[in-house]
Amino acid sequence: MKKTLLLLAIVVLLAIIPLFIQKGAEFGGADGEAEMAIGEINADYEPWFESLWEPPSGEIESLLFALQAAIGASFIGYFIGYMRGKHKEG
Amino acid sequence: MRLSIWKCSYFLLALLLVPNRAFAMHIMEGFLPIEWAIFWWALSLPFIILGLRSIRKTIEANPETKMMLGLSGAFAFVLSALKIPSVTGSCSHPTGVGLGTVLFGPLAMSVIGSIVLLFQALLLAHGGLTTLGANAFSMAIAGPFIAYFIFKGSQKLGLSFSIAVFLAAMLGDLGTYLVTSVQLALAFPSEVGGFFASFTKFAGIFALTQIPLAISEGILTVIVMNFLKKYNVSELKALRVFSAKEVH
Repeated sequence: MKKTLLLLAIVVLLAIIPLFIQKGAEFGGADGEAEMAIGEINADYEPWFESLWEPPSGEIESLLFALQAAIGASFIGYFIGYMRGKHKEG
Repeated sequence: MRLSIWKCSYFLLALLLVPNRAFAMHIMEGFLPIEWAIFWWALSLPFIILGLRSIRKTIEANPETKMMLGLSGAFAFVLSALKIPSVTGSCSHPTGVGLGTVLFGPLAMSVIGSIVLLFQALLLAHGGLTTLGANAFSMAIAGPFIAYFIFKGSQKLGLSFSIAVFLAAMLGDLGTYLVTSVQLALAFPSEVGGFFASFTKFAGIFALTQIPLAISEGILTVIVMNFLKKYNVSELKALRVFSAKEVH
């Protein structure tokens, strides 16, 4: 258990440290930068297909991402509880 | 009690990592020329079909592993939803396919990874349908295969189980974004310097950002695997996850 918490702490630190060593950075998506790089290499390139549907705003997009994480996390939580319960009945 | 601590810290972690503004990380819709889009689709489809067969066979032979297959999917679902800041000052997300690869092999993950990508392409405008073939190849095929060979190789070298899992998940994650860089460089070779100049450029954007995230993914995969080792040893043995030496 202690080991798990320690490992989790490392993960949290890995996410937090960049916020301090890169103060003022935009923290945009790496893909947005790739899009710009494509523009630099081939300025004439036009995307030839659009997404069928796009979340109307950044808020709704983050809602959907949060939902995706929540669905996954619920199953993981269920799995952990189920297996521990089964183990106890043994 | 210990369970609730585990769960609380998990959700706290999830909360901490959900960013305010979301960005996408795979190749965007329409951003691969049509011939490359078709090429990667054609390359990925056979893996997905073989993956469906592999999953069916595993479930028939070991029906008790169904829950763990669900866990592998859920893990990839969570991890690919978390956009995490990185040392380069931009954000990216882990792939989460390493866990399922160690448990069920790389072919099974070609199906699960593609499902995650399809969900994100349709509902989040993240990645795309035309680029799904290419994104599936990098995240759901190349990443898992890299992870698989690293895992088996580490076991052969006699590294401990946890280290083997860590290296597999971490390098599979990193490999995914290297392959993405190769795909973009092939489609957009630089006028000066050609493929290699472009590759360096894209790899600088994707792969460098990915390094700390890959380490995080390796650690999270080890945490889940430690749990499975404690509570699901029989399933792990049925899936032949341990090397001959570790079984004893």
